[in-house]
Amino acid sequence: MEILGLNQISPDQVILWHWRFITINATLIFTWLVMAILVLTSWLVTRKITSGEEISRWQGLLEAVVMGIREQIRETSQGDPDEYTSFVGTLFLFIGLSNFLMIVPGYVAPTSSLTTTCALAICVFIAVPFYGIKNQGIIHYLKEYFQPTLIFFPFHVMGEITRTVALMIRLFGNIMSHDKVIGILLAVTPFLFPVVMQALGLLIGMVQAYIFAILAMVYIASASQAQEEQHQVVVEKV
Amino acid sequence: MDSMTWIAVASIISAGLAMGIGSIGPALGEGNAVSQALSAIAQQPDEKNSITRTLFVSLAMIESIAIYCFVISMILIFANPFWDHAIKAVK
Repeated sequence: MEILGLNQISPDQVILWHWRFITINATLIFTWLVMAILVLTSWLVTRKITSGEEISRWQGLLEAVVMGIREQIRETSQGDPDEYTSFVGTLFLFIGLSNFLMIVPGYVAPTSSLTTTCALAICVFIAVPFYGIKNQGIIHYLKEYFQPTLIFFPFHVMGEITRTVALMIRLFGNIMSHDKVIGILLAVTPFLFPVVMQALGLLIGMVQAYIFAILAMVYIASASQAQEEQHQVVVEKV
Repeated sequence: MDSMTWIAVASIISAGLAMGIGSIGPALGEGNAVSQALSAIAQQPDEKNSITRTLFVSLAMIESIAIYCFVISMILIFANPFWDHAIKAVK
């Protein structure tokens, strides 16, 4: 069952329910589905969490996921991961699950809509100055924009905006192109190739989720740690 | 030919050109990145994990350039703004 036609490039165009100015489209439904799965699973598992030697299988799964995310964040940011785990881990889990469910028939990944990826990229856009100011103060953060000289200010601002747009288009383009490639292959060679492409799509989806989270982490780390190195140099000199 | 046909012809040809020319650079770049990473792994097998991780991230970043071209050509074919404008003007 395909609810998305070949000539529609976004699940925003599939309107399921319409009343005056309220429109429920497929993107909204599937976003809420993914969020409900994540929240319900975490809530059900952590309700009877134990710290003994006997832990349930679900608790083991969640512990493995959280430990993996923390390990990756520690390697990328070279610092304490607890501060960033909630934000970056949520990004990874949401994108990862919404791409992973693509193998379910009738499901369209909400990340194949430009609105979802735009929202996620704006979250990163806001989180970068938030963590930067929180970690090194507003003066030091703003000073970063005028490194090495005053003339570089517009380039820093431009870089900030273009990397947000790149983050948005990258995720959207990868997932949407995967949908379209499968649709075209179904029309050309119905049986074997679409299945192979679906298997490849699982890999692409997870890699894209990983990359989105890692890039967000890299941007946040570069905003909040650039000054720390100089602090350390000063401390060593003193 | 009327203006609608010209819009269709221009959109389809430029979609093909965007995809074809736009994927030359990323293809060369990805091949270069993979070959460098393979020789790095061959020299230092102990660093395999960190090399592979960096390789995946950089491959996705290189690939995103081709993806931008793909998005442009998809927009030109499936959601062409000029096409909709021309249809509205005719009506």
